Amino acid sequence: MGRFIFWRLIQAIPVIFAVITVTFFLVRSAPGGPFDSEKAVLPEVKRALEAQYKLDLPLHEQYFAYLGDLANGDLGPSFKYPGRSVNEILGSGLPVTAELGFYALCFALMIGVFAGVFAALKPNTKQDYIPMGMAMIGICMPSFLLGPLLVLVFGIQLEWLPIAGWGDLPGDKILPSITLGSAYAAYIARLSRAGMLEILSQDYIRTARAKGLPEWRVVTQHALRGGLIPVIAFLGPAFAGLLAGSFVVETIFQIPGLGRFYVQAAFNRDYTMILGTTVFLSTLIVLFNLVSDVIAAWLNPRLRAQFSRGNS
Amino acid sequence: MAESTASLLLEAEDGSSLWQDAWLRLRKNKAAVIAGIVLLVMVVIVVLTPWIAPYSYEAQNLDLGASPPSSAHWLGTDIFGRDLLTQIMYGGRISLAVGFIATAVALVIGVTWGAVAGYVGGRVDSVMMRFVDILYALPFMIFIILLMVVFGRNILLLFLAIGAVEWLTMARIMRTQVQSLRQQEFVEAAVSLGLPPSAIIFKHIVPNAIGPIIVYTTLTIPSVMLLEAFLSFLGLGIQPPQTSWGLLISYGAETMEEYPWLLIFPGLALTITLFSLNFLGDGLRDALDVRGSKD
Repeated sequence: MGRFIFWRLIQAIPVIFAVITVTFFLVRSAPGGPFDSEKAVLPEVKRALEAQYKLDLPLHEQYFAYLGDLANGDLGPSFKYPGRSVNEILGSGLPVTAELGFYALCFALMIGVFAGVFAALKPNTKQDYIPMGMAMIGICMPSFLLGPLLVLVFGIQLEWLPIAGWGDLPGDKILPSITLGSAYAAYIARLSRAGMLEILSQDYIRTARAKGLPEWRVVTQHALRGGLIPVIAFLGPAFAGLLAGSFVVETIFQIPGLGRFYVQAAFNRDYTMILGTTVFLSTLIVLFNLVSDVIAAWLNPRLRAQFSRGNS
Repeated sequence: MAESTASLLLEAEDGSSLWQDAWLRLRKNKAAVIAGIVLLVMVVIVVLTPWIAPYSYEAQNLDLGASPPSSAHWLGTDIFGRDLLTQIMYGGRISLAVGFIATAVALVIGVTWGAVAGYVGGRVDSVMMRFVDILYALPFMIFIILLMVVFGRNILLLFLAIGAVEWLTMARIMRTQVQSLRQQEFVEAAVSLGLPPSAIIFKHIVPNAIGPIIVYTTLTIPSVMLLEAFLSFLGLGIQPPQTSWGLLISYGAETMEEYPWLLIFPGLALTITLFSLNFLGDGLRDALDVRGSKD
């Protein structure tokens, strides 16, 4: 197991390095410098600014300077918000996005696993078709449509829940979490249904039933563990998707999280902010993929045996 | 008697091709058939839009402003008094075009990449698939946004960027197909005839893997369309004066409190299309017996 984690970590490093390099040169190759637009700046002022942001150095020196800063955990200053560093902005947005993502994932897991397992217990009956039909709707209903519709119904018509904000009013975290999580609930429902169907037809489940275990114990103690491996493996990509989805949800609900900052940075052409956020989010996603792979491998007895053999 | 047996045999032979079997199975799947018809109607409408749209695309009626659905404007009008049905029809042209063209880009890259990796095998294969694994681990949404920022919001780039993202799964599927096909006699025969590898891959292997390619293409189109709508919603995709369903939804969301129809109808158009594509894809997967799973 330790060896597996070690090799996955070794593989992740060149990926992260490639991300940093590609992003850096892409952003630097963008037409127009950050101080070209808006008010006319005196040439001396512009030069001073460029010197301050190290833009006067040759490109490769800028790159190595950036790598050096990164190694110290410094993502540099923001171009558009003078006096604020990218670290500060990320630091204020990350907890909000993490909380939103966490609630959304909890919602997706609860609803998705329950619906999928429920459907798999009686395949090709109403108990199967109804939740799976709803899952199909969940997959086809993009968050930027679901969000406004939920706001329209529960916020504006029924006036049950606040329509925007984060942590200002009671209940204002509910709609964003549902909006972000519902597509994943749908995917998880489909994955856990397929996984459960496969496991429930295995010999060891027949054995468990033959020895007279009640059905709920067959399901919860024997089938779930194997049946949910695809769901666990999906959590890595799901996390990446949740972060991307948070761009939309945070925009709709005016939540001060990473996604909103990123979209704003994209509009403002705040290059260091874009660069910093991309590097940060990519690293986070690569690491999260790693963790979900490790958990999936650990849950799978066959893989685990293979790795512990390799270890000893 | 003999004659009827002969004709039966003939019929049996006629009816036994893979494609006819698949067609029969697909026809039995009502959801897939309805989805197919809906899509066909949708495509015909957007292709004919410049001739059949009830109003011209730019026609404004500022006196009218936003009005709910009526007999003159079936789906109502937007805040500039533009006919919403016309807007949705023109938006559909862009949304569907992005869906089809970007998927075609993904198809070409993915099939070629996967076929070469699977056919050549060995070290080339492991390097090529390692590359795919690495790309899988990257947050593409962020990269597309980055590309749009760096190179400006241009529709051609949007096609390429989305296509360049969506080819990965196609490459994996294609590689698995090729690996199993290249063991078969007809490929060995082609090799022993001295055909060049490119001819073997594209004339002999790819046509035999067409089933999974079709199924996966059908399932890629909705995810591409979703990506375009997503970007347009954020204001990073299609730009006015052009429009797309994502952009219409984004405008609709801004004014939904007063004019909910401006959100609901473009949303319906997008959802129905995505729904149909997914159902058709699932139906094709069952009909062509790809992977044999039912999820």
